[in-house]
Amino acid sequence: MSSYVVYVVGAGLLLVVGVHGALTARHLVRLILALNVMSGGVFLALIAISARGAGSAAGPDPVPQALVLTGIVVAVSITAFVLALARRIHALSGRTSLSEEDLE
Amino acid sequence: MEWTFWMAPGLLAVSFVTALLIFPLDEEQVRLRTALNLGGATLKLILVGVMAWGILTGHEFEARLSFVGELELVLRLDYLSLLFIVLSAILWFLTTVYAVGYLEQSPHRSRFFGFFSLCVTATMGIALAGNLVTFFVFYELLTVVTYPLVVHRGTGEALEGGRVYLLYTLTGGTVLLLGIAWLHSLTGPVEFVTGGQLADLAVERPATLRLIFLLIVGGLGVKAAIFPLHGWLPIAMVAPAPVSALLHAVAVVKAGAFGIVRVIFDVYGIEVADGLGLLAPLSLAAAVTILYGSVRALAQDDLKRLLAFSTVSQISYVALGVSLLGPVATAGGLVHLLHQGMMKVTLFFCAGILSETLGIHRVSEMRGVGRRMPLTMAAFTVAGFGMIGVPPVAGFISKWYLGLGALEAGQEWVVPLLALSGALNATYFLPIIGAAWFRSPEADWAEFDGPETDWMLLFPALATALLSLAAGVMAGLPFSPLWLTSFAVTEIHGP
Amino acid sequence: MIVTMVLLPFLGGCLAFLLRRTAPFVAVLGAASVAATAAMLAVGVWRSGPRIYAIGGWGAPIGIELVADGLSAIMLLTSAVVVLAVSVYSIGYHEHDDSDAWHPGEGFWPLALILWGALNVLFLSADVFNLYVALELMTLAAVGLVVLSGGEAALMAAMRYALAAFAASMMYLLGVAILYGAYGRLDLDGLATVVSPEPAAFVAAALIGGALLLKTALFPLHFWLPRAHAAAPAPVSALLSSLVVTGSFYLFLRLWTGVFSTIAVPAAGQFVGALGAGAILWGSLQALRQQHLKVMIAYSTVAQVGYLFLPIPLLTSAATTPDGALLWGIDAWNGGIYHAISHALAKAAMFLAAGTIVHALGSDRIVGISGIARQLPITTYAFGIAGMTLIGLPPSGGFVAKWLLLSAAFASGQWWWAVVILAGGVLTAGYIFLVLGQELSLAGTDQPVELSKVPRSMEYAAFSLAVASLLLGLRVIEPIALLQAGLPFVEGG
Repeated sequence: MSSYVVYVVGAGLLLVVGVHGALTARHLVRLILALNVMSGGVFLALIAISARGAGSAAGPDPVPQALVLTGIVVAVSITAFVLALARRIHALSGRTSLSEEDLE
Repeated sequence: MEWTFWMAPGLLAVSFVTALLIFPLDEEQVRLRTALNLGGATLKLILVGVMAWGILTGHEFEARLSFVGELELVLRLDYLSLLFIVLSAILWFLTTVYAVGYLEQSPHRSRFFGFFSLCVTATMGIALAGNLVTFFVFYELLTVVTYPLVVHRGTGEALEGGRVYLLYTLTGGTVLLLGIAWLHSLTGPVEFVTGGQLADLAVERPATLRLIFLLIVGGLGVKAAIFPLHGWLPIAMVAPAPVSALLHAVAVVKAGAFGIVRVIFDVYGIEVADGLGLLAPLSLAAAVTILYGSVRALAQDDLKRLLAFSTVSQISYVALGVSLLGPVATAGGLVHLLHQGMMKVTLFFCAGILSETLGIHRVSEMRGVGRRMPLTMAAFTVAGFGMIGVPPVAGFISKWYLGLGALEAGQEWVVPLLALSGALNATYFLPIIGAAWFRSPEADWAEFDGPETDWMLLFPALATALLSLAAGVMAGLPFSPLWLTSFAVTEIHGP
Repeated sequence: MIVTMVLLPFLGGCLAFLLRRTAPFVAVLGAASVAATAAMLAVGVWRSGPRIYAIGGWGAPIGIELVADGLSAIMLLTSAVVVLAVSVYSIGYHEHDDSDAWHPGEGFWPLALILWGALNVLFLSADVFNLYVALELMTLAAVGLVVLSGGEAALMAAMRYALAAFAASMMYLLGVAILYGAYGRLDLDGLATVVSPEPAAFVAAALIGGALLLKTALFPLHFWLPRAHAAAPAPVSALLSSLVVTGSFYLFLRLWTGVFSTIAVPAAGQFVGALGAGAILWGSLQALRQQHLKVMIAYSTVAQVGYLFLPIPLLTSAATTPDGALLWGIDAWNGGIYHAISHALAKAAMFLAAGTIVHALGSDRIVGISGIARQLPITTYAFGIAGMTLIGLPPSGGFVAKWLLLSAAFASGQWWWAVVILAGGVLTAGYIFLVLGQELSLAGTDQPVELSKVPRSMEYAAFSLAVASLLLGLRVIEPIALLQAGLPFVEGG
């Protein structure tokens, strides 16, 4: 039971940190990192759900673990892609943040 | 299925297929295009003839197609439709001849004639629509397919005219749709039935029905150019002359007026509309428009703008006639649908001839033009007299019946209105006609040989002028517009 | 048959990646065969009701099920038609760059096919997690496609899009986690029976709903859309604006009327509807003041997305009113989906037509397209007909949708949506005819501009889509009948 609480609290903390970062960061890499921290929180929440059943006869619930696995694959793919994109943007324009000018 | 099922859709298909065949043609395929145009118009005339014969001998033409849910698209011929399709078929034929001559040298002829045919398809659909939604479908289609015609010249002025035209008509269409959808939610599908089908609802929810009437007639009033919704009409004059002719005499303006007729007689029913107190405001609006149009026309020097304001005035005779109770006034209003069409198309044909042949666009340039173009000006004179209401031209018949009907309905105020309007019409038409015949020309177009202009331009103008004259002289005989109208009046008011 | 529709695009995507030169033909062939399959499926569903396929013989709740009801079938068919036309168009579009080096065309085919495969999975999936995977795959492919044109603007737009999608993806996953934590299952039908009004369900609904609104770019979460859709190459813009947006809307509609139907309160419905109304007004006004053709069309998508969400308040109130479903729920449902498919066809046609113009002129400034009707008449007709559908002028699919929504709005007494619908139509007409007027204009074009040659196939691909959107307004019975197969809120539907 105690591990369950740890996971839940951890997930909540990571989520808060991630969301805060995503809303305040300017630099692209910081932004990407913040979103990754946020996704870490989501994964931990899923693990917490899985851990609920840990004490019972059936053992930990495998379904949320499968979900986490898929989630990680998605998060890693997007992260890899946006990092490459950020490098390319930097190389082309020297910018490290999203442009704010109005679309004209 | 019976042959009577296919007649109404066939009538639409004729001009629709003509349009589809014309669009892909190259600019240079003049003969083929002209053959298609005239072939389509002729075939349409024949079909209309068959249908007219059919309805007079007791056949019923109706086609239904399931649309959305319980809604159907209905095409049906009744005596009101008959008036409109006879007018459109005859005038379309003549306008096509005229347009072929008029646009001989201009670019994008395939596009022009394609949309021209689509425009007639939509008009036929409006005439034959058997319920409100079908009417609306073709009414909006008409807006869309006339836009390329209005902006055909492609100049900045034309585009501006097109923009104003759309702004007015699409907004009007939207208001109309709002009214239709609302009415539909209260009653289910609204079929056009003489006497309407709202009698029960008029007792339950009179206020709602009044508001819906305002929305629907307000929407239709844009195309019917009822003051103060007429603003687009003088600006849309940038279109080529055959388009203006078609817009004013057959298609757009008539669609609005015809819609008002339908709504009063076949949706609300004249008794219900009167009971709700809807007719008096409408006749008042029509009266104001009649005077307003004439007064504005007085101040115009541009010939086409003058004619546009004259249309604003004349078309409201229809609304006036149908909003006065009684069969005689109804006859006067309905017959004016036809008479105004024939006379106005003549005037626009003549205006087009003047600008094409001699470059005349202004009233002040028309001095002495009668000597140079006697036939054109003869046609112009006949139609102009008709507009004033001089016997025996067709316009007189309309005004006579309107006046009689007003007296019969106890609306004496209409008679001085008619007299005043006639006087105003005379004030702007007579000086033009007088100057054209009796003043000496300033310009040097005195010397010329051969025909006064291309016969393809002249023939339609003469034909419509003769028709206007014949419609007046032979009003009492079978097959005159008045005779056709009498069936519709019997249908509405009983024998 | 269902599996073919999922497998073929993915297989085609891999083949296109390997074959490169012959990729276009793989794509066209695949699109044609899937379109045929989708048509057969649609007929099947229409005749004998929804189909279920359990992959590997494992049914719910353990295995993964693919379900095709009327809504799925019509979406599959629509997207197959759009992909087919876009493929034909793209052959011509990518033809001109024939350098030996890598060029955008090579990236286009595999990504487009995978995008489409993911979309098909999305339309067929019946559990929230499989839907998640499909949604992510679709988004990743979409972001990849935006980058193809390669300029700085495109990269920035793609970055914005990717980050928004990333955030949305995590929100969605968290929502799924909460649902699973509370109810222990993931299949749509099962969840719909157990979800009840309690905090966990509300939080999950808010997270998943918010994520989907962000992905569908509903106002005010639309910030990423105009740049991304405008910066992408024309065939990509067409796919994004017509299909990707529709895909996430589809999911929202499914969940709102399925899993969350028991907790969707009228106030929430009104809120979503208000956002839709905001989108219509804001998107249209923005579209009106744009000077670039593709940006204008992208803002038009923002506005049209608003229409997609107008049925939501009507459906919600129908579910909470006796007989509401029959009185206006069905109309709202049909109208919303009819709008989605008409818009998908018309918007794809419009972006393709715009692409043709840009291709020929080399610029997409609206003032520069004067007189283009002379040289590209078919493209002009395509643009005009697609515009009619977007405005909702009869006879077009857009008009049918508008009519159904109007009827539903009046029947439910929520007449304010009717006003929004109609006002949006007038605004749409404003920007559509602004462009059409320019195209027909002859002012200042005494010397015709030198145009690059445009393959006829490009012009006709756009034209066919536009005509398809028009035909939807003429034959209404069959599509509507198909939609009644598996209605979520009518007993025995």
